[in-house]
Amino acid sequence: MSAFMVEALDVRKSISNLDILRGVDFTVARGEVVSLIGPSGSGKSTFLRCINHLTKITGGYLSVDGELVGYRREGDKLYELGERETAAKRAEIGMVFQRFNLFAHKTAIENIIEAPVQVKGEKRKAATEHARGLLDKVGLAHKADAYPSELSGGQQQRIAIARALAMRPKLMLFDEPTSALDPELVGEVLEVMRGLVADGMTMIVVTHEMNFARDVCDRVAFMDEGRIVECTTPAELFDSPKTERARNFLSHVL
Amino acid sequence: MSNTKVGAVADERPEPPTAGLTIVPRSGRFRWVPVVIVLFLAAMLTESVLLNPRFEWPLVASYFFSPAILHGLATTVWLTVLCMTLGIALGIVIAVSRMSDIPIVSGFARLYIWFFRGTPILVQLIFWYNLAALFPELGFGIPFTGITFFQANTNHIVTPVTAAILGLALNEGAYMAEIVRAGISSVDDGQNEAARALGMTRLKAMRRIILPQAMRVIIPPTGNETIGMLKMTSLVSVIALSDLLYTAQSIYSRTFETIPLLLVCCCWYLLLTSVLSVIQGRIEAHYGRGIVRAGG
Ligand SMILES: Nc1ncnc2c1ncn2[C@@H]1O[C@H](COP(=O)(O)OP(=O)(O)OP(=O)(O)O)[C@@H](O)[C@H]1O
Ligand SMILES: [Mg+2]
Repeated sequence: MSAFMVEALDVRKSISNLDILRGVDFTVARGEVVSLIGPSGSGKSTFLRCINHLTKITGGYLSVDGELVGYRREGDKLYELGERETAAKRAEIGMVFQRFNLFAHKTAIENIIEAPVQVKGEKRKAATEHARGLLDKVGLAHKADAYPSELSGGQQQRIAIARALAMRPKLMLFDEPTSALDPELVGEVLEVMRGLVADGMTMIVVTHEMNFARDVCDRVAFMDEGRIVECTTPAELFDSPKTERARNFLSHVL
Repeated sequence: MSNTKVGAVADERPEPPTAGLTIVPRSGRFRWVPVVIVLFLAAMLTESVLLNPRFEWPLVASYFFSPAILHGLATTVWLTVLCMTLGIALGIVIAVSRMSDIPIVSGFARLYIWFFRGTPILVQLIFWYNLAALFPELGFGIPFTGITFFQANTNHIVTPVTAAILGLALNEGAYMAEIVRAGISSVDDGQNEAARALGMTRLKAMRRIILPQAMRVIIPPTGNETIGMLKMTSLVSVIALSDLLYTAQSIYSRTFETIPLLLVCCCWYLLLTSVLSVIQGRIEAHYGRGIVRAGG
């Protein structure tokens, strides 16, 4: 078992001559909570999608829980994984999106049990029971039968977190989970995320909530132009950034 | 407290200058005009159509449930159901192929849609019916090698019934493909992304998440297509398949009761389309789940 939940070495991603990731070096230990900050277009979302196998990397080494992402190694050969195998790996990693992306035609509880039943083959009854527990955890037990269109943004995002947790993931990825929310709804989502941290979940959080990064995260990584420029404790990064670029970015957001 | 003060101020508010006046609705001085026009047209229709002896309504009634007509009706109904089902299935396959990132697959789908939408259905039907003239033998094997796994006389396979099914279903597939594609592209990409992130394969995400939501956009034009198909099946009379219209035609070619028999057809078609509209409404309500209700 690898010591790291996520290990990235010189990860590259280019789409038709455009270099989006230009050599990302980054590790996340088990149980660690790391936040990823950086200017718009620096490649934060792309990197998260690579970790989750949603896009293929075009160079470098990337592993999750000691297993290569998108490839299987036999001897000195790397075999590209098929659709099913990739999907199975994705099922072990939870992802929360900026725009919630709840399934619009399903109620809150149906959203939560969909993947456990359809992907993992869990029994409907067991999945529903688990889902009720998760709804309770995110404080929305009374909204089990509401459709996403009947929920506020903050409530939708909390359901989305519960939906990801229903798969019992070993790693949670958050892509700006509070950026689409009205300011007064940000707190309730961050509250749920703090709960996850307390449970010991391994998390990577792309965020603009600098207070959350400072208070909750073990480390903060600053990304710029497709590279992780600085990755250290929140106190060190926020109070004495080493690079000019990080200093510049922080002076704008803090 | 300031509360009492606010109350006091409210009490002192001057009466609006319109208090105590009565609202008189806009007088419908000319509202009787359309009413009279409609009544007039209805009277005209009653006199010229319903009471016109040359329409021979009693004859229409006597043919309405005659065994030959009912038999033709049954053919029309099952042909519609079968061709529409095949057309929808084909449409989904073509639509998904059309959106494939493999160029040759999407290219083939485009070609299919281009051809079947671009040529008249009547010609396609006659073409399928006369397939034997082009390919006397139908078989399946490896091209250019002479190896065949299966071979048969075309006329044995392509009967009027199979020609009708082939023609109508293949044509419908092309139209449904475009409808399904519009439906699929109406669903936000984030839905697919979320489904995939939860570990669903492309196929499962399509079946469980994308298509059910695309249905809201797909159903109304599909209702139109079904009603169109119901009437389009009447074209099969050109290849001597005894549907509702063909049956009526063959009766009036003997008895010369042309108009009454065509009226029988029209009434049945109207009845069937009404039933289809009701079914469509039910399906639309089903797939409307989760959509914001206005004012709700
Ligand atoms: N599929 C794609 N095709 C072409 N360019 C892309 C694609 N996806 C991302 N990019 C480009 O890659 C760069 C990085 O995008 P990414 O979304 O990862 O940035 P980000 O750091 O998440 O930014 P933001 O804070 O705005 O979300 C951007 O310049 C974007 O335009
Ligand atoms: Mg982003």
